[in-house]
Amino acid sequence: MIRSELIQKIADENPHLYQRDVERIVNTIFEEIISAMARGDRVELRGFGAFSVKKRDARVGRNPRTGESVPVEEKHVPFFKTGKLLRDRLNEE
Amino acid sequence: MAEKTLTRMDLSEAVFREVGLSRNESAQLVESVLGHMSDALASGDSVKISSFGTFSVRSKSARIGRNPKTGEEVPIHPRRVLTFRPSHLMKERVAEGNKT
Repeated sequence: MIRSELIQKIADENPHLYQRDVERIVNTIFEEIISAMARGDRVELRGFGAFSVKKRDARVGRNPRTGESVPVEEKHVPFFKTGKLLRDRLNEE
Repeated sequence: MAEKTLTRMDLSEAVFREVGLSRNESAQLVESVLGHMSDALASGDSVKISSFGTFSVRSKSARIGRNPKTGEEVPIHPRRVLTFRPSHLMKERVAEGNKT
């Protein structure tokens, strides 16, 4: 399923909404999650999962081609942990 | 920068502010979005949201695990797990926003 298919499903269920409003609604949800993480916040959606930010310490990396050492700075990366309900649903017969 | 946790409520509040819908309807829409994504994933489909990321379902085969406390061997059954791969845009914004 891609973004446009998700929007279409919501639009089909809500015939009273304009398509462009459904697009704005769906986009707002994803945008809100990204901006929360960009501020260092967590987004916890019970039953679905939680988005959080993990810190990766600075380390000495290596250029795989030349074998040369290169310093890699500390950085923050997005992380998603699946919620219990969804995890269970994936494994139902 | 005290970190806080957002919930469904904050997402529906954002939808409420963005579009002229009631708080109640905004909350229902957030729920339907999560519901449709979950349904697709539960049926084994992947969910690809451009400039956000991709959720995909992977199958893990059975293996012998070990209880780390007792050392006892326990069978781990084959199962399906969900992985999320963030988009470039998300990675960039999260890295930029949390730079110290």
